[in-house]
Amino acid sequence: MTLAKLNDTNRFLIFAAIILLMPIWMIPLGGAYPDLLQKFAIYGIFAIGFNILFGLTGYLSFGHAAFLGVGSYAAVWSFKLFTMNAIPAIIFGVLFAGLLAFIIGFLSLRRTGIYFSILTLAFAQMSYNLAYSVLTPITNGETGLQLSQQDPRIIDSMFVEAGAGLPSTNLFGLKMSGFEGFYFCAVMLILCYYISMRIFRSPFGLMLRGIKSNQNRMMYTGLNTRPYMLTAFVISGMYAGLAGSLLAVTDPLAGAERMQWTASGEVVLMTILGGVGTLAGPMLGAGLIKYFENIFSAFNNQTLTEIFSFLPDAAVEVVVPIVGLFVGSGWHLTLGLLFVVIVIFLPGGIVEGMSRLAGLFRRKDQENMNGTASPQDQPGE
Amino acid sequence: MDAIFLQILNGLDKGAAYALIALGLTLVFGTLGIVNFAHGALFMMGAFCAVTFNKLLMLSTKVEDKSVTLFKAYKEQPYLEIWFPDAGPILLDYAVPLSILMAIPVMILIGYVMERGLIKHFYKRPHAEQILVTFGLAIVLQEVIKAVFGANPIPQTAPDILAGSANVGAWFGMGENVVYPWWRLVYLLFSGLIIFAVFSFLQFTTYGMVVRAGMRDRETVGLLGINIERRFTIVFAMATVVAGLAGVMYTPILPPDYHMGMDFLVLSFVVVVVGGMGSLGGAVLAGFLLGIVQSFASMTEVKAILPGIDQIIIYLVAVIILLVLPRGLMGRAGVMDD
Repeated sequence: MTLAKLNDTNRFLIFAAIILLMPIWMIPLGGAYPDLLQKFAIYGIFAIGFNILFGLTGYLSFGHAAFLGVGSYAAVWSFKLFTMNAIPAIIFGVLFAGLLAFIIGFLSLRRTGIYFSILTLAFAQMSYNLAYSVLTPITNGETGLQLSQQDPRIIDSMFVEAGAGLPSTNLFGLKMSGFEGFYFCAVMLILCYYISMRIFRSPFGLMLRGIKSNQNRMMYTGLNTRPYMLTAFVISGMYAGLAGSLLAVTDPLAGAERMQWTASGEVVLMTILGGVGTLAGPMLGAGLIKYFENIFSAFNNQTLTEIFSFLPDAAVEVVVPIVGLFVGSGWHLTLGLLFVVIVIFLPGGIVEGMSRLAGLFRRKDQENMNGTASPQDQPGE
Repeated sequence: MDAIFLQILNGLDKGAAYALIALGLTLVFGTLGIVNFAHGALFMMGAFCAVTFNKLLMLSTKVEDKSVTLFKAYKEQPYLEIWFPDAGPILLDYAVPLSILMAIPVMILIGYVMERGLIKHFYKRPHAEQILVTFGLAIVLQEVIKAVFGANPIPQTAPDILAGSANVGAWFGMGENVVYPWWRLVYLLFSGLIIFAVFSFLQFTTYGMVVRAGMRDRETVGLLGINIERRFTIVFAMATVVAGLAGVMYTPILPPDYHMGMDFLVLSFVVVVVGGMGSLGGAVLAGFLLGIVQSFASMTEVKAILPGIDQIIIYLVAVIILLVLPRGLMGRAGVMDD
């Protein structure tokens, strides 16, 4: 209710606090372990970046997983060739993803609507298939790119003796696993959120919104929209690259399956679920999907029987198999249903749902004053 | 020469599957204006109609195995063989073609329920939302099939009489080594028949004429007092049946599993877009074209020059066509331009 009246600084501070305190308030939700939290942060970055393109310009890209994959590969190569430090890995990941996004965007943005979606999908599938087949020397094909003892690691070998076993990723000596890894990702996420917020509020962001509502009219005013689109596409590709390289930082291996189109579909899901075109929505969607994926897919019939043990035995025998369809390996079924329901009833995602709820309360307040409530603006499409 | 002819043949059957799925997709898009990402799942549902039908026919009971004399042995024997000793085995042999009989009503039902229950509410929504809701639906259908039939592919066999290969080369006075499996030939003819049927339905019947008019301008057709939505629902069911039948007949070529729909969906969307959204002829043309191109790219001679080309050729062709021809091969102006 009051959230809408917040100014950006406060909003940003609240966001940062929520993210940084995650290890504490996730404890009652059973998600306070670093692996999961890292995933939240990383996929949050991915979704926030995707939202800069989809939310602001309305261009639905079905190929963002390619940038995620390229970011991962670049980061792992940086680990292999130069140093186990996370910073160069991230820089390489972002750079290469940005480069690929520039090429793909330059070509794909010549078309709009579904043609654009299919073009990005085609490029991503091409990258995926190439990573599996011809590019095997670079990507190591099906096994995925991994660290090995024989890697040169030029910079590292100048400063430290190579120990036994594989070195782990670090940030100037700080190990990038566990909560340190999470905080690294979290800082990145907060940074990304800040940048995305600045983009949303900037004239550039306004221009992108203009393109979304009516590109033709933007062009009638003598504006060449393509550079703006391309910039948005590259920025969003770089976000994906950052997410990909962070995936590699927390777990230094990269596989081609990260580039598959289902992965592109997943980020679309996250963004929609949270709320397209809103600032915090995509992060929310990414967190929810990853949370439920981890929690639900860990369930099996035994845990279900324990949960429903308060029911009479006969009922348990009926309920457990039915619920069992929706959890464990059947978690995708839940995801699909959730998705259908969200798109049907709440196309603006969770953020719209919350603002509708808030609107309900506000209406009651305002009825006393003027009797009419102003309709809520729908975020996104 | 022989090799080229063989590759064209090889490309045709895959192309036929692409063409059938793409035909249904573009039919739905042209009439209802819906971008249906669940269409691949419908193809899969068709394939699993064949699986179910086969399972039903194979319902069996334990009978004493007379061929084992040393001890009492039992074997499974389908009821059909017990009840109809003569016709039963033939029925079982022709399980795949016969399952068309089951697939048609089932697919009509699925299509009708899907259109009235879900798609109807998405006519006026933006394409992005249509894509998303049908994508979700596709996941649901896929997971249901996975839960019922398991994750492994379930091979289906073509009738014995069509098991071998046809010596197609000899028919055209070419080398002996141009052989082609009979069943793929059947599939080719079958898809040709379906494509012909759909086109003549739209072109030569009054009903089809109204549908075509509705594709052009649904408002005016509505103003003439025709219930165009009702007809479009039937067109949707028709597209579902086409996808389903394509799936049924494809089972002996590719053992169906739960994600075959998704695999075909991406490619058939590429096919539809390359053909031009909303253009039926374009979809069929692009389907066969991409099938053949793909088959040429997987020749060893081509792969020796351009390694890995077989993996990306379809997408590459799609990208080039879309960049050169903004509306695909045969797309009309004004469709999906914004």
